[in-house]
Amino acid sequence: MNAPPPTPTGTARRGAHAAVRHDSAVGHVTGRAVYLDDMPLPPNALEAALVLSTHPHARLRGIDLSAALAVPGVVAAITAGDIPGRNDIGPILRNEPALADGLAEYAGHPVAAVAAETLEAAREGAARVVVDYEPLPTVLTVEEALEHKLYVAPPQVMTRGDPDAALAAAPIRLSGEVRCGGQDHFYLEGQIAIAIPGEDRDMQVYSSTQHPTEVQHGVAHLLGLPFNQVTVEVRRMGGAFGGKESQATIIAGIAAVLAAKSGRPVKLRLARDDDMLATGKRHPFLIRYDAGIDAKGRILALDMTLAADAGNIADLTPPVVTRALCHVDNCYWLPHVRVTGLACKTHKVSNTAFRGFGGPQGMLAIEALVDDVARHLRLPADTVRARNFYGIERDNVTPYGMAVEDNIIARVTGELARAVDLPGWRAAVDAFNATSPVVRKGLATVPVKFGISFNLPTLNQAGALVHVYTDGSVHLNHGGTEMGQGLFVKVAQVVAEAFSIDVSMIRISATSTGKVPNTSATAASSGSDLNGMAALNAAETIRGRMAEVMAERFAVPVGEIVFDDGRVFARNESLAFGELAQLCWSRRVSLSSTGFYRTPKIHWDAATCTGRPFFYFTYGAAAAEVAIDTLTGELRVLRAELLQDCGASLNPAIDLGQIEGAFVQGIGWLTSEELWWDPSGALRTHGPSTYKIPGSRDVPPVFNARLLADAPNREATVFRSKAVGEPPLMLALSVWLAIRDAVASVGPVGAKVDLDAPATPTRVLAAVERVRGR
Amino acid sequence: MAPVRFSLNGRAVAEDRVPPTTTLLDYLRGTRRLTGTKEGCAEGDCGACTVAVARADGGWQAVNACLMLLPQVDGTAVVTVEGLAATDGALHPVQQALVEADATQCGFCTPGFAMAMFAFQHGGEPPEDDRIHEALAGNLCRCTGYRPIVDACRRLAGTAPMPVPTAGIAAASDAFGDDGHRFFAPSTLSGLTALVERYPDAWLLGGGTDLGLTVTKQRQRPTVVISTARVPELKRISVTDDAVEFGGAVTYTEALPHLDASFPSFAALVRRIGSRQIRNLGTLAGNLANASPIGDTPPCLMALDAEIVLGSATGQRRIPADRFITGYRRTALQPGEVIEAIRIPTLRAGERFVAYKLSKRFDQDISAVVAAFRVTTQDGALTGLRAFYGGMAATTARAVAVEAALTGRPWSAGSLAGIDAAIAQDFTPLDDQRATAGYRLAAAANLLRRLAAETSHDPAPVRLEAL
Repeated sequence: MNAPPPTPTGTARRGAHAAVRHDSAVGHVTGRAVYLDDMPLPPNALEAALVLSTHPHARLRGIDLSAALAVPGVVAAITAGDIPGRNDIGPILRNEPALADGLAEYAGHPVAAVAAETLEAAREGAARVVVDYEPLPTVLTVEEALEHKLYVAPPQVMTRGDPDAALAAAPIRLSGEVRCGGQDHFYLEGQIAIAIPGEDRDMQVYSSTQHPTEVQHGVAHLLGLPFNQVTVEVRRMGGAFGGKESQATIIAGIAAVLAAKSGRPVKLRLARDDDMLATGKRHPFLIRYDAGIDAKGRILALDMTLAADAGNIADLTPPVVTRALCHVDNCYWLPHVRVTGLACKTHKVSNTAFRGFGGPQGMLAIEALVDDVARHLRLPADTVRARNFYGIERDNVTPYGMAVEDNIIARVTGELARAVDLPGWRAAVDAFNATSPVVRKGLATVPVKFGISFNLPTLNQAGALVHVYTDGSVHLNHGGTEMGQGLFVKVAQVVAEAFSIDVSMIRISATSTGKVPNTSATAASSGSDLNGMAALNAAETIRGRMAEVMAERFAVPVGEIVFDDGRVFARNESLAFGELAQLCWSRRVSLSSTGFYRTPKIHWDAATCTGRPFFYFTYGAAAAEVAIDTLTGELRVLRAELLQDCGASLNPAIDLGQIEGAFVQGIGWLTSEELWWDPSGALRTHGPSTYKIPGSRDVPPVFNARLLADAPNREATVFRSKAVGEPPLMLALSVWLAIRDAVASVGPVGAKVDLDAPATPTRVLAAVERVRGR
Repeated sequence: MAPVRFSLNGRAVAEDRVPPTTTLLDYLRGTRRLTGTKEGCAEGDCGACTVAVARADGGWQAVNACLMLLPQVDGTAVVTVEGLAATDGALHPVQQALVEADATQCGFCTPGFAMAMFAFQHGGEPPEDDRIHEALAGNLCRCTGYRPIVDACRRLAGTAPMPVPTAGIAAASDAFGDDGHRFFAPSTLSGLTALVERYPDAWLLGGGTDLGLTVTKQRQRPTVVISTARVPELKRISVTDDAVEFGGAVTYTEALPHLDASFPSFAALVRRIGSRQIRNLGTLAGNLANASPIGDTPPCLMALDAEIVLGSATGQRRIPADRFITGYRRTALQPGEVIEAIRIPTLRAGERFVAYKLSKRFDQDISAVVAAFRVTTQDGALTGLRAFYGGMAATTARAVAVEAALTGRPWSAGSLAGIDAAIAQDFTPLDDQRATAGYRLAAAANLLRRLAAETSHDPAPVRLEAL
């Protein structure tokens, strides 16, 4: 039962572009893959629990810890006043406390924490902390925040051309409003961290985080330590999706303060309800637009406002809004455009990164507009889309001034349309509806263009560390984190390719700030682009040294040395890779190297919202069919066909998993996943019994995802691959648009469909009744 | 007090070190350091804690370890993900199938899926999509989009299930714990009623799928728990020409074949209650005794005019189901009483029973609205209607105005014109996280339109399951 997992036995080199299985697959299915909560703790370790504000906005007049400290087993309890350093973990802006200091700004805001000998005692202690609240007026909706101009960050405006003049001159004006809800990440492994105090106030932190460096900085700030006294490590997360980019720092920071206070190791693992109450989610958006169009459906002018519900603090909202603004164009040429992004402050949990990072909301905005335009003009939506697509030679510059140089929109949408016989599919849906008064079907497509790179150029850097040992085995480390997305195996494939050895020769190791410093979050779909290149750089450095040794040994020019399938060749002579490693050691040649990568070509001017923020774009297209029940608003997704551009995929098996998983997560965001706050400002959907992510039955019974063939990246990315983590989530907009299509089928032709996201039964039924004119 | 004896991954265990209010999950992860079984939600909704349990006389069933108290596994065999692979490390077929289908990403949900699939494989069901979704409805995955997991289930056809080990599971005890916390598992009805009389404040535990939540979520530690699960009289199912009678400890899973035979629409609804993990433990009587306004079975039992048999140390009495629930989470149970049985009269000629459930997600979701109708038609007229709704009021409630408006009139879509007003007269529902009040009113009325269409042989589909 406790035998080690079998090692892969294939002899073929499994490098770049091979469908190599996830490195932890056997560990996953046997339960032997270790997550933080599974780690044996030192015998004196404590468990911890949070005290969460029960008010959405209240002055904290006093926090009485005495009853908590009286609970048997409770060892330490802290409030903001116990933080020895600076109570600030803001990822971008300042004054974003780990523990509320005098002011609670959402129901769920951590105000205190308790550590005890057992988890039960810690939670009992937390329940006994007495907080004296002085309730203050609340702002709970984006509309209220807009009315009072309450923002967590300044407005961002992206303008090109003369939108006011173009609107005035447009033959047809359309205006509208649409909302999309937030989304809980619902990573299966909740937030967790273990902080272990060491010598001289050192702190070792194990954190389920996408951003070990930010945890390192946050813990150092809280404890008043230089960064070099805090080491953060993570081997794997049980899912993250953006939810452990900045939010993990709160958890690790509080664990570290408790550890510093008690002098003992502390584990803080949030119960699911606390996790959902206390930590941020995808931003809900309110979108208002005024568009000028012509009779053919071309968008001549657009003035759009995207108001994000930031929650109580900025956290990552400013860049989320930036990415939303950078994606309202989706695939469409907008000659005269003004897009305004607002980061509205509300007394709700501060929203954060979530797969797509504002991109999905921006794209939903323009797709709602395109849908409205098509219905208004009684044109097929795909016709309106095609008439607005970016051109190749002209009409090819985004509202932020970046030329779309790698445009394959027409290719991707065309290949999908041909593969699925869209006209025949449309006819079948219409024929069904002709004889079905209650159950109605809908069909829609969506194209997706998504920009790859962090909007902020500085973040587009990565480091790696590679060691070759004298038996030829390789130790790989880099700044990226593994959250299930297969980053580790992809980077290992890159290194395998560089050395031309089997991927099983490469041991993947936990991400640690002590090995690779000053890293960026594993986010923005950039993990393999950045870390793959950094690891390649390190491997190539070592390979160069090894080649020189080989060349010298066999007296051939170094340019003739060939690494191939586990051996290294010098004309007719060859050595096994391990033999050459041994030879290098004996000749005192270093077999270790760091690697570094910075993405070229990118720049961004935040003041004017212009530049080339993205190294390249990735493209995709989807078509989806749904059925709705017009009596109850229930819906099912019947079929989905996806085509996703992954460049020259580093690993088609991993990429397929990302495409399917992102799409289903997108379906959840747009249909069943509804965050619901009661009128007092309390989130009432804080567990899976009330917050409904898709289950296996919600996946369309006909579901085909394909990778675009023969599409190497034009830009020099790692082996010409493209990023994949986020873009396919937006393909799920096809499902939302198909629901709108089904709703439209019950009304008069040309009627506007008024349907927000998520399309719950409540919203679908209301939309049906509105389109019927009731 | 006796130790809890069971087989754990094939080895006999006798455990008397932990309090009987310890959950099986905490025991496995904490005491046994079997950390493959995960905690994802501690409310029985995500399935990451799924393990398989078998009695000597039955097959493997998937259950949520987070909701079970340790003494509930006394006398059973338990298999966790650590017990699947062979001793030489060879993967079990469900593990192999998951690996080969690329069905793991972050891997945190995977052990739970493996155990749900293990139970599915053992049941010998055909790997058809509908069965697979039913078997997986209690397991959430956030990474894969499920397609490869469903594919892995399809690969299981024809693989041999694991036999239930016999070592350590024969002997079962009837009392556990110490003076601080006691857990009784009586094996006779008289023993049960005597205990219930002696400990009036005790928790009466059927499957524990609801009470388990008060342990995990509210950190309650009851001093006395009395389990109904071992009482043979309460496990009885009797089917006669007149009625189907389920004992008070009959689980949903045990009841389903009989509901399928007599009340298929009720059975279809029960398949949407919780998940298999929940239905393997949860009982019909527990759902009723819960008296939740959003319970799914009370409207059905009331519309079917079921009779509830209540027993105590002093005797037995019977009351109609629609008088059992007396208020928000209040029932007609007197101190010392237990639900002995639920007796559902069979349908007579001309009668039909139809139940509907509306929720955000089809599987494993709490109803926004649940409706149950017993319809009697004769010569195209509606001669009898019993209509009960859940989710529309503080308790399961009868739609009196609806019944009055429709009974005795021609039964067709045309006679439903005034139905929205009748619903509004019967109910004043609330806005909550499951639906708005407006939706509840509109949908409740529309369910009568669906009912009329479905019971008057309208050829076009009137619900999505018909597609």
